[in-house]
Amino acid sequence: MSYRPLSYQHEIEALAQSYGLDYFPVQFEQVPPSFMMEIAVYGLPVRMPHWSFGVRYIYQLIQHRMGHSHIFEVVIPGNPGHAYLADSNRETENILVTAHVLGHADFSKNNLLFRRVQEQAGYHIVEQAANHAQRITQAIEAHGMDAVERVLDAAFALEQHIDTHQDLRRPLYAERAAPNPASRPAPPKDQFRDRFAHLPGSIALAEPAAKGVALPPQPESDLLWFIAHYAPDLEGWERDILLAVREESFYFKPIFACQIMNEGWASYWHARLLREARFLPDELYVDAIKTHSDVVRPYAGEAQIALQVNPYHLGFCLWEHIIERHGLDAARRIMATEDDFGFIRNYLDDELARRLGLFGFTTRRRGREAVVHAWDLDALKETLLAPKYHYGAPHVQVTEMRRDGTLVLQQDHTLDQRGLDMESARKVLEYIHGIWRRPVVLHSITGQGKDARIAVGE
Amino acid sequence: MSDHHEHLWYDLFSRGARDWLRHNAKIRSSVREQLPRLIAEADILSTDANRKVRMPVRFLEHYRFKLGQDQEQSGVGQGKVAPGDTLGSPAPQPGKSDESGGGNDQGGVEFVVEMKVDEIVDWIWEELKLPELEPRASSVLQEEDWTREGWDKRGARARLDRRRTMKEAIKRRAVQPAPAAPFSNEDLRYRQLRKRTRPNTQAVVLFGLDASSSMGERERMLAKTFFFWALQGIRRRYTQLETAFIGHTIEAWEFNEEQFFQVSGQGGTVASTCFHKALEIIEQRYPPAQYNVYFFYASDGENFQDDHDRAVASLRRIAEQANFSGYVEVASPSPMQRYLETSRVFDEAITDPEHGARFSLFQQEDVWEAIRAFFGTQSQAA
Repeated sequence: MSYRPLSYQHEIEALAQSYGLDYFPVQFEQVPPSFMMEIAVYGLPVRMPHWSFGVRYIYQLIQHRMGHSHIFEVVIPGNPGHAYLADSNRETENILVTAHVLGHADFSKNNLLFRRVQEQAGYHIVEQAANHAQRITQAIEAHGMDAVERVLDAAFALEQHIDTHQDLRRPLYAERAAPNPASRPAPPKDQFRDRFAHLPGSIALAEPAAKGVALPPQPESDLLWFIAHYAPDLEGWERDILLAVREESFYFKPIFACQIMNEGWASYWHARLLREARFLPDELYVDAIKTHSDVVRPYAGEAQIALQVNPYHLGFCLWEHIIERHGLDAARRIMATEDDFGFIRNYLDDELARRLGLFGFTTRRRGREAVVHAWDLDALKETLLAPKYHYGAPHVQVTEMRRDGTLVLQQDHTLDQRGLDMESARKVLEYIHGIWRRPVVLHSITGQGKDARIAVGE
Repeated sequence: MSDHHEHLWYDLFSRGARDWLRHNAKIRSSVREQLPRLIAEADILSTDANRKVRMPVRFLEHYRFKLGQDQEQSGVGQGKVAPGDTLGSPAPQPGKSDESGGGNDQGGVEFVVEMKVDEIVDWIWEELKLPELEPRASSVLQEEDWTREGWDKRGARARLDRRRTMKEAIKRRAVQPAPAAPFSNEDLRYRQLRKRTRPNTQAVVLFGLDASSSMGERERMLAKTFFFWALQGIRRRYTQLETAFIGHTIEAWEFNEEQFFQVSGQGGTVASTCFHKALEIIEQRYPPAQYNVYFFYASDGENFQDDHDRAVASLRRIAEQANFSGYVEVASPSPMQRYLETSRVFDEAITDPEHGARFSLFQQEDVWEAIRAFFGTQSQAA
């Protein structure tokens, strides 16, 4: 472990605090590039094993070998926060990275979404995730690789299907402590119930409860939670794994939902702090500013047109624009209360979007060509945000759990404006069936708009 | 602590590699799915078992719910463009990943695994629980051979065993009072030879193929797949294995493997020409006294009526000399188009199931059943 002090770390922190950056202490750790790559792949320094990470790892390795990706730092929010820096970074790069990390630390302590999730999941995700990994290792010893992998296949496939509006440790549905409807005791007789049951004109009211409340009482979008608690034949250790994956997914949610804001905020502060850093020798300053422009540039290499938007660049420009227009205090309020949806919709205005040269396009000929749209700012914003809806996943809900245990899922295709890809949906259903162990049914629509139904285990 | 030691500490983490290895272990199944294509594409019948094949394998995909793809996709770009401009193919942006959450979609990249043909075959045999080939007891060839066995005090000069002789001399000198003679005639030891019979491990597999125009691409592929697995199974049994390829229409020719599966002739089918050619090759190059002979003939079942008697007679002669003669019927799935003439020839010529059998292949999946049946008869026969 190496906690070597970084050059100018002390001065940069003092400068940051003088501008009102407010953060939990950050532990800086310099690690080899191979370790950086793993943190980037797993999202955490120690995380549960799963073969799908192996695939991502190889992609990352290839990118790295081809020189396409250099990961300067990875920040893990918490109290204390953890910042992992590649020990191959040059000194000037680390000056910039230090300032950048403080921007992230400020963001994750003050942004409401981050705060809510950390209040729920705790401030020690690094240790918790390591703990989960340890439990998985024990489960593999006790139940075998195949059995554990069956649970992880399903859990990671449904990783995005959580509901962060609900509590992390959310209670079971009211009046439905047990999944078995028959075991519920009849309500006790009392005067009020008696009179209520005999109100003139509304006799049917009390009846449905006796037959058993429908499960779930309303469509449920937290699939991991529902399966963990209501799967008919789930074993205790399997539930633990599902809930561990769900907990980590809670932790990743704000990072996903605030990516543009968060990266922009950190980039804004590394630029600003460097600009104000009178203590830096001139040559270090110039070098650091060059690194900055490499990170926030909108185009790859020599290209002058990009068919995607670099979130660092967009976020950085938006924050500069906001602070110029509304001042730093307003920017801090926006940072605390918005996520990327509010950030883009409320603050990406016509002037900035035009100045950045943003444009919407539609691909043709299987993606080999792109045709530029006419100017439409609202459409542009929605296209930008479309991949961010619902944790980047289609809306799939549990609509019914039948008496025989059949799990009925329904995709909300009106919300998604399209049906599901049926081939991958079937595979996911197979994963789910592996732990649900009763039939699993999914309703969606086809590309032609017809009803589509897939069932596994019927 | 030095940098070197710090790195050792971090090297304890190799989770990425560990999960990658797990992925590769799971990929074996996808290799199996690709085998029919692999066999179809390469000339791997006559090549030796140590040859490696390079096989493109797709990364396994961990599936998630995702939306169906529209033909057109929308996105947001950046740069100086005008509405209505048409831009070329999107270039990938260099990765600037910082914190990675869940769910980045990647698929469609292939990597190449290199496997020995032999390893694949071992694995398939294990996987499909295929029986091992046992040559028929009656046909196990015995070959006479001289082997060394023991020593004698007299013998031919060429077989003097110097090491053994030296040993004897040392032993003698150790017990004799000095000065002892360095060597005496009593010390000499000669190697003895004895006649031994040992089972023959040579075999030849002859493949006959109906190359008439009615044999299409699909039929050839089915035949080739069956030939491949039959050959691999036989190869597991014999240390020395040779192959011969005969294609025929109304005449028969010997080909090399590459030409064999491409050859296509016009006109009709006279199976007896192929059988004659096979007999000729057996008699000239692979005398059954020294070789275990296997003969496989693939056809869609059509044969000239007036060739019937000749075909039966020559096939009988092959069957007498071969360990096994197989007929691979690569037939159309529709019963209306099935020709049964060649089946009749085989049924008439070969009555003992241990000497031969016929297999009907309608689709790729049938190949496994046929292979299982072939090696089944050959292992029970032992």
